[in-house]
Amino acid sequence: MNKEMDLKAVVGDLRDGMTIGFGGWGPRRKPMALVREILRSDLKDLTLVAYGGPEIGMLCAAGKVKKLMYGFVSLDAMPIEPYFRKAREAGAVEVSELDEGLLLLGLQAAGHNLPFAATRVGLGSDVMKYNPHFKTVKSPYDDGEVLLAMPAIKLDVALIHTSRADRLGNTQTDGPDPFFDGLFARAADKVFVTTEVLVDRIGDEYSDKAKSNLFERCLVTGVVKAPLGAHPTAAHDAYGWDMGHLKAYAASATEEGGWQGYVDQYVKGDEASYIASVGGEAQIRALPLPIF
Amino acid sequence: MTTAKEFTLAELIIATGAQTWAADGEVLATGIGPLPRLAAGLAKLTCAPGIMMTDGEAYLVEDPIPLGPRGDYKPKLSGWMPYSRVFDSVWSGRRHAMVTPVQVDRYGQGNISALGGDFKKPKVAMLGVRGFPGNSICHKNSMFLPNHSKRTFVEGEVDVVASVGYNAKNWPEGAKPADVKLGVVITDLCVFDFNGPDHAAQVLSLHPGVTFEQVQEATGFPLLRAEGMTTTAAPTEEQLAIIARLDPHNVRATVLKGNPAGVRAA
Repeated sequence: MNKEMDLKAVVGDLRDGMTIGFGGWGPRRKPMALVREILRSDLKDLTLVAYGGPEIGMLCAAGKVKKLMYGFVSLDAMPIEPYFRKAREAGAVEVSELDEGLLLLGLQAAGHNLPFAATRVGLGSDVMKYNPHFKTVKSPYDDGEVLLAMPAIKLDVALIHTSRADRLGNTQTDGPDPFFDGLFARAADKVFVTTEVLVDRIGDEYSDKAKSNLFERCLVTGVVKAPLGAHPTAAHDAYGWDMGHLKAYAASATEEGGWQGYVDQYVKGDEASYIASVGGEAQIRALPLPIF
Repeated sequence: MTTAKEFTLAELIIATGAQTWAADGEVLATGIGPLPRLAAGLAKLTCAPGIMMTDGEAYLVEDPIPLGPRGDYKPKLSGWMPYSRVFDSVWSGRRHAMVTPVQVDRYGQGNISALGGDFKKPKVAMLGVRGFPGNSICHKNSMFLPNHSKRTFVEGEVDVVASVGYNAKNWPEGAKPADVKLGVVITDLCVFDFNGPDHAAQVLSLHPGVTFEQVQEATGFPLLRAEGMTTTAAPTEEQLAIIARLDPHNVRATVLKGNPAGVRAA
């Protein structure tokens, strides 16, 4: 069994109109190498599901998005992702704006093969109004409470960046917070992971870190070696986010032809040329992890 | 305890903000933004030692973390609070947050999602509803708004109801409105809450040098004078010393335009 693939092969497996979920959280641990490969492709009409960061903004800027389902789309220090904002204000994409917890519950329901998750979250707010397909359900027990039936969010594909992986599909993810990568993996028909470090059998070399495994290898379809593949987002404990790069990216959103300029400068080539264009490996590895 | 003679409006807000956690016991206290975060830190070190705080990322700490670059300071981690457990805390009700909506209305509903009438093509896209819908019906929330005006405290309803208030008509048929727990709303002019008759907004205290009329003039809905309405208490020297220690880079001076003094000139 060898699940190793390259970026091109993964994107070759994706189809127009697919629903794609992204691991990570805001500008943290996003599978950006795969995002850039999608940017280099003809894929379109995608539905994206995320606790979003620059992956959402970039794919919106490139016109590849039909619909967004999100808890937020943020670059943290820049609270609103600039190209997401542009796409929203232009009315360019359909949106399903969710409470962050509803996104969790929808993914969880999908992963457990359930049609919905019962919750109070969303009731009384405009989440119901702007997701008019959401329905309520009445508790069959004595309390009879009316709850929101959060529909399962089934993904065609989840794309997730990890710290280490092996060719069998086992993964390990460092950092203080696993976020919801496990839920994204379980909600998807296929999971493709990128990884900082790829080995044959992870237990042979990183047995002591098995607790950092967030989802089982049976969920993983393909593994791509993509060191620095989360740049410009943070990948604990390897490197922090590149706020200088993110600021320049954000500034491009306010410039005429800004997105095309960004693509020409950074995305057009391959990952090797990308890494060189943003300062090279040593500079990326020296990016400090954020503190709060 | 010596009342300070000189203090900034930001410091007044932090000191009065700390009091909002005083009666909470052991809950997760989350102050979002520099002043609420400093208020929570001050609370933890003075009136609310039981509250739990995070390092702003994923760990619980017993000593509030100072804002900004911290040199050699190394947080002592006492527990783990990744986002999955934040949701567990939220949904079990063991949390009290202080948040900053962009718009608030007479029902105590808050908006951080978008401005303008057309949600599909908003005039201004903001953060999205984030965790506000769930937070607002599951645990207590207080608010800090730095610019008390009719643009923030709107006439009518907020453009997008992100956080739920006391507005039964926004609940679906058959659903029993949640027992919303709104704490205080702290602004650059006053402290108010929604505990008047039928959850009407009522002013609890005016910041030094501010009149009730001035506050009403800047508010898009009617305000009541709470029984015993008073002047917001000045911070003590002890409180100011703690605030200075928690904010060594003086981030608090950058929050309110012009960093005004705590006592407004008449």
